Amino acid sequence: MPVPDALEFFIDPGRCIGCQACIQACTECDTHKGQSMIQLDYVDRAHSTQTVPVVCLHCDSPTCAEVCPADAIKRTEDGIVHTARKPRCIACNNCVLACPFGVPKMQTEMNLMMKCDMCYDRTSVGLKPWCASACPSQALAFGTREEMARLRPHAKPVNTFQFGMQTIRTKVNIMVPRDSAVEIVDVTAAIHEPTIGHEMLDDVFEPGPDRGDA
Amino acid sequence: MNGPARTTETTPSLDRETIAQFGPHLAYAKDDRLDSGVEPDKYVKTHCCFCGQQCGMQLKVKDNLVIGVEPWYEFPFNKGMMCPKGIKRYLQQAHPDRLLHAYEKDTASPGGFKTMAYDAAIRKTAGEIERIQATYGHDAFALLSGASLTTEKTYLMGKFAHMCLRTANIDYNGRLCMVSAGAGNKKAFGIDRAANPWDDILGADVILVSGANIAECAPITTNYVWQAREQGAKVIVVDPRITPIARTCDLFLPVKPGRDTALFNGILQLMIEHDWIDQQFIANHTVGFDAVAAEVREWTPQRTAEVTGIAVKSIEQAAEWWGTAKTSFLCHARGLEHHSHGVQNVMSAINIVLASGRIGRPNCGYATITGQGNGQGGREHGQKCDQLPGGRDLANPEHREYVAGVWGMDPADLPQPGVDAYEIIRKIDRGEIKGLLSLCFNPVVSLPDNNFVRQALEKLEYYAVIDFFMSESARYATVVLPGSLQEEDEGTVTQTEGRVIRINKAVECPGEARPDWQIIQDIAKALGREQGLTFASPGEMFEELRLASKGGIADYSGISYERIEKNFGVFWPCPSEVPDGVAMPGPQGTPRLFEPGSWNPVAKGAGPFYFPDGKARLNVTAYVGPAEDVDEEFPIILTTGRVVSQFLSGNQTRRIGPLVDHCPEPRIEMHPRLATRLGITDGDWATAESRRGNCTLRASVVTTIRPDTVFIPYHWAGRKSANQLTISAQDPISKIPEYKVCAVRVRKADAPPAYADSIEPQQ
Repeated sequence: MPVPDALEFFIDPGRCIGCQACIQACTECDTHKGQSMIQLDYVDRAHSTQTVPVVCLHCDSPTCAEVCPADAIKRTEDGIVHTARKPRCIACNNCVLACPFGVPKMQTEMNLMMKCDMCYDRTSVGLKPWCASACPSQALAFGTREEMARLRPHAKPVNTFQFGMQTIRTKVNIMVPRDSAVEIVDVTAAIHEPTIGHEMLDDVFEPGPDRGDA
Repeated sequence: MNGPARTTETTPSLDRETIAQFGPHLAYAKDDRLDSGVEPDKYVKTHCCFCGQQCGMQLKVKDNLVIGVEPWYEFPFNKGMMCPKGIKRYLQQAHPDRLLHAYEKDTASPGGFKTMAYDAAIRKTAGEIERIQATYGHDAFALLSGASLTTEKTYLMGKFAHMCLRTANIDYNGRLCMVSAGAGNKKAFGIDRAANPWDDILGADVILVSGANIAECAPITTNYVWQAREQGAKVIVVDPRITPIARTCDLFLPVKPGRDTALFNGILQLMIEHDWIDQQFIANHTVGFDAVAAEVREWTPQRTAEVTGIAVKSIEQAAEWWGTAKTSFLCHARGLEHHSHGVQNVMSAINIVLASGRIGRPNCGYATITGQGNGQGGREHGQKCDQLPGGRDLANPEHREYVAGVWGMDPADLPQPGVDAYEIIRKIDRGEIKGLLSLCFNPVVSLPDNNFVRQALEKLEYYAVIDFFMSESARYATVVLPGSLQEEDEGTVTQTEGRVIRINKAVECPGEARPDWQIIQDIAKALGREQGLTFASPGEMFEELRLASKGGIADYSGISYERIEKNFGVFWPCPSEVPDGVAMPGPQGTPRLFEPGSWNPVAKGAGPFYFPDGKARLNVTAYVGPAEDVDEEFPIILTTGRVVSQFLSGNQTRRIGPLVDHCPEPRIEMHPRLATRLGITDGDWATAESRRGNCTLRASVVTTIRPDTVFIPYHWAGRKSANQLTISAQDPISKIPEYKVCAVRVRKADAPPAYADSIEPQQ
């Protein structure tokens, strides 16, 4: 059963309290027990208690899958990008290096890339993912867009991100202040950099027409 | 010179052997707990074993093993949310350190203890109680109990002390936690319970959080506060540190530790000056306003700023927001309460609530946030030194008569009120108490000035400990009896809102371990004094508790296990009978106190508050500074508290691998301005020293703390324990120790501490 379209994932970093409930919850996920797929960091502990949690954003056109030479990373039609398929993954690390959000993790002892699959065992049967279930401040939340609009009137969900010339649309939303414009800082606009000089990486940074879903 | 600090032990070799034998070792998930696709035999709906929020959760059980947890989305308080401790609590069960037998001290055995047959341990304990009481008198044997126990067990402990042992000396670890709030609430409202359910936080215009590190100590409450903010609430946080809840607040008041009364007096003075008070409410529903107004008159913004260390404009802004709000919620926790004037602090905070008139209505609330799992229920039914069930007083002849009637004994045989937990330790030190039994209490880690506590425990002729792990205090025991984990027993607890909820049993006790209440009853039987202590189940105890609490302020008589389960808990007071013409509480009991027109057994309809005239009390709160202020020799304030991944003395959480990994060891938190002056950089070893002890830990240099204050979390034992430094000064009314302020000096350490290479972080 696919993850229902109406239910979406929202990351609201302004609410994060750094408690690591998400990390502990992630290790309880039945698809990768004992391993957390979440990255949670202090931004600058010397000056603030601000922390930021990152789960997989589940790109429409996942860079990880695009750079995979073994075609091991699949995105199901409900938009979930899955852990590499064990028989195919050659543990080359391409996906780890290419992901703009730093999500995939290489499990060297298993020779396998693992990543957040939005608790597919739960979400595909209508349950919330573990991290968004547990998160005490609901910095990680799972529900409908309408519910979020009602509960968080000062924020809006964003799911389009610009990395150089690459525009990324994701299934997961990040909540940003409603009234401020979303600034896309395009570093490449200000630097002299016609090409990186490596064909494969150049391609990644091209705004590429219709690559379609993997 | 104020005399040298007492020397402290440096992890003697016996301690290291005990650690090797009994831990704390770390447990991680393995086998059925780690494998994917393992189907549990059952899901048990229950609550967390840790803090006072008591989040609803389901335990996944397979073959008498708790293999994990599953959110309980329907439970209304937390709706499936859990903090890291709740998610990993299952790793405490079937832990390699779990005590499976009774033990007796034997220095020749590895770790200093040898196993002992359960029956022999019970006989020995009963024999020693008999001997000590016969030789030195009834009061020479003391009990220390705890507020992480079910209410049934706390009721039993009170009955065991007062009816079976007839000792005056029983007290509990809520003495370190909730008592300032309890005393302040009784003096102002006549009742000791959160005034409102947490839903009242949602929709409040202003939320004032005072001395509550909500994000780390009551994580689920964060969502209530921040949801209110989404709906337009302004959040004011009073704390010497920018904790995660303070990070995005609308107004941060960085109070100098120990000066809270001055702040609230200053706010009240501005409210009066600007007529931001509810004159009608004050006139109709309170007593004492004029005296309080006279007391706070001298607290000008300037003077308040000088004493509290908070900028004048911030104090004025707080007073304006609070004063002009239409609805509001004030909550506080140990930051306000852990002081030698904790009750004053609490009453000064309540004064600004009462002056605003915003209480007893939707979105108009006040609460203390309880610390321990049963911080509320554990302080109601007779394990406090001056208390009988139902929130009754041991010194009150009518109360004695009622409870003695329920228990079938002569009221004259009930002891008079005893002394508080720390005074019990002092009495042990002075030789007035010779024997001790403790349950759910780890005084060696949790009491202040714990070098003194250790010395005292060594003087006991007999010390019996009931515990599921060999706690640091159990190492001082003559006999250790293997008790029960929360998931191995059933009963009720009362969570932070005053909601009575069910703890359901998930697994059986392993080995020779027993539910704690059976151990207590076994001792009573071995003493030949089992009358009234022959309950067959916690359910039977609850039925008697209903009767014993009936007519008291904490009236549970209308609550049953079935009613709790049907309604996701029942808020007390919930009487089984009310006078004619008075409405019975609804199925959920009484979620909100002090509603206009509400009835209670003290006011009998005269008003909503629990005094004969039905009116609340504004209490004069003269500012008194901390017991030990800084001086030239000890120029820095030390304050202590918690981290999110550990709980209390760490007896449970320092054995759970993933929680220890989050924060393996305590650090001394300090501002870079202070660190620079001391020549300390982030990560350096630093030594903090007070008049009572010293402690060498790594420094954490952050701008999120006042430059005149350092912070150390208190969950660790031995040479890492913050309580080597803290002061045993206590509030004169509540007897809470002053954990939140003492004077220290800090310097860069000469060398890493001896423990760094010899024991693991959690040990």
